[in-house]
Amino acid sequence: MKRKSGNLRKGLLFISPWLIGFVVFTVYPIVASFYYSFTEYHITRPPVWTGLENYKSLFHDALFRKSLLNTLYYVAGHVPLELIIGLFLGVLLVQPLREIAFYRGVVYFPSIVPKYAFAAIAIWFFNPYVGLVNSLLSLFGISGPMWLSDPKWTMPTVILASLWGIGGTALIFMAAIKDVPKELYESAILDGATKWQMFRKITLPMISPAMLYNLVMSTLAALQTFDLPYIVTSGEGGPANSLLTYVMYLYRNGFVYLKMGYASAMAWLLFLIAAFLTLLIFRLSRRWVFYYGSR
Amino acid sequence: MVLGREVKRMKLGKKTKERLRLNIMRILLILVIAAYVLPFYWMVSTSLKSDRDLLLVPPKWFPVPPQWSNYRKALEFFPFFSYLMNSVIITGGSLIGTLLTAPLVAYGFSKIRWPGRDFFFFLMLSTMMLPYAVTMIPTFIVFKKLGLVNTHWPLIIPSFCGGGAGNIFLIRQFFRTIPDEFLDAARVDGATELQIYWRIMLPLSKPVLLLVGLFTFIGSWNNYLGPLIYLTDERKYPLALGLPAFLDRYGTYWNWMMAAATLSVIPIVAFFFFAQSYLIEGIKLSGLKE
Repeated sequence: MKRKSGNLRKGLLFISPWLIGFVVFTVYPIVASFYYSFTEYHITRPPVWTGLENYKSLFHDALFRKSLLNTLYYVAGHVPLELIIGLFLGVLLVQPLREIAFYRGVVYFPSIVPKYAFAAIAIWFFNPYVGLVNSLLSLFGISGPMWLSDPKWTMPTVILASLWGIGGTALIFMAAIKDVPKELYESAILDGATKWQMFRKITLPMISPAMLYNLVMSTLAALQTFDLPYIVTSGEGGPANSLLTYVMYLYRNGFVYLKMGYASAMAWLLFLIAAFLTLLIFRLSRRWVFYYGSR
Repeated sequence: MVLGREVKRMKLGKKTKERLRLNIMRILLILVIAAYVLPFYWMVSTSLKSDRDLLLVPPKWFPVPPQWSNYRKALEFFPFFSYLMNSVIITGGSLIGTLLTAPLVAYGFSKIRWPGRDFFFFLMLSTMMLPYAVTMIPTFIVFKKLGLVNTHWPLIIPSFCGGGAGNIFLIRQFFRTIPDEFLDAARVDGATELQIYWRIMLPLSKPVLLLVGLFTFIGSWNNYLGPLIYLTDERKYPLALGLPAFLDRYGTYWNWMMAAATLSVIPIVAFFFFAQSYLIEGIKLSGLKE
C-alpha cells in the first residue's frame, strides 16, 4: 500500500510538466472562453455579462455564416482529395522500383515547406495574366480562369494548392500498405484473384485504421484552415469574402476588432462542431474500419 | 518437354507484364514528381529573372543570364537574417522545452505504475483533437496580463509543458518496448526513478528523441498563427511573419518576392537533407500503432 501511494506521487511528479500545462493552457482556457462567450469583452476593460447576446448576433451575422460555409466547402473539397490522392500516392510509393526512395523524398518534402512560403509561390504561380499555370493552359488553347481573383475560383485554387502538402498522409498510407501481411496476397493469388480484387478485398480493409486516422486528422486540420487563405488574401478574405474561413473570421473578431467575447463564442461553436464531426466519424467508422487480429 | 516450354513462356510473359506494370507506375510517379517540383522550380527561376522577362508570355523557362542582383535588391528591403535569427530563437526554445519535458512525461506514462495513469493518458490523447482556436483567446489574455505579449516567450513557454500530446505519445510508445525487468534490476540496486530515467532510459531513446526533435522543429518553424497573434514589433518577427509582410508591401516585384521566398525555403531544404531518412522512416510511428 505504501509502495502504491509512493508510486502515485512519483507518477504525478513525472507527468507534472504536462499536468501543469494541461491546467494552464487547456482546462483554464476552455472554461474561460466559455465564460467570455457570454460577455462583451474588449481586452482593455473587464468583461461585462450579456447572456446569450453573442450567440444571437452570430446567428444574424452574414459574414459568420459565409465563413462557416466557406470552411465547410474547403473541408468537403480538401479532405476527400487528400485521402484519395494520398492513397494513390501511397500505392505508387510501395512499388519495388530502384529509385523509390527519391520519389518518397520529393513527395514528402513539400509537406514540410511552410505554408507562408508556399502561399507566396501560389500567388505567383496562379497569377491570371503572367502566371505559369495559365501560360501552360494557353499552350493547349485553354484560356485559364482568374484563379485567386474570381470569387467562384478562389476556393478551388486554394484547395488545389493545399494538395501540395499531402506528402505526410501519403507516407502514412504507404507504411500501412507495407504492413499488410504478405501471406494474404499469396493465398489470394493462388485463388486467381486479380490485382484490383486484391486491392479492394485485402489492401483497403487492412489499411482502414490508417484511413480513419488520416480522415480524422485531415478533417480537424481542414476545419481550422488559416495560413494559406489568410496569406494569399493579405488577411482580407479575398474577393466577395470567398476565402474568409472560420478561424480567419474568429481571428479578425478577436485580434483586429478586439471583440474577445464574440470571438470566444465562435471558438466554442468551433469546439462543438469539431467534437460533433469527430464523434460522427468514429461512430460511422464502426461500419468500415477493420482491425486485423482483433476478432 | 512441350509442357515445360509452355510453362516457361507463361513465366516469361508474366515477367514482362510485371515489368510493364512497374514502368507504368514509374511514369505516373514521374508525372506526380513533376507537379510537386514545378512550383519550386518556378520560384527559383523567377527569382533570377530580369524585370522584363517576368512578364513574357509564353514564359521563359530558363533565366538567362541569371540576375543574381535580385537577391541583393531583395535583401535591402527584406531583413532576412533578422527574421532567420528570430525563427532560430523561437524554434530553439521550443526544442529545448520539448526535449527536456516530453520524455519525463512519457516515462511517467509508461514506466511507473500508478493509479489513474490510464485516465490521465486518455485525457492527454483527447487534447490532440482540441482545435487551437478554442484555447487561443484566454491564453493570449493570460500572456498579456503577464506582460509577455510582443516577446518570443508565449511561443516557447508552452513547449516546456510536455511538448505536446503527439510527442509524448511517440516517446511513450518507444519506452514501452524497453523491458521492465531491466529497470527493476536497477530499482533493486537502489536506483531512484530519476536516476533510472537519466542513466538508462534517455541514452537508450536517442532515435525517438531525434524524431521528436525533428517534428518539433517543423511545427515551430512553420507556425504562422502563433507569431501573428503575439508579435507586433517587426524586429521580433520570425520568417513566418517576415515573408508575408514583404509580400504585402512589394507583392508586384515578383523576382524580388521569389528571391525572398527562395531564401526562406533554404533552411527547410537544408533541414530536409539532414533529416529526410529519419522522417520518412519515423512518420509511420506517428500515432498509428497502438
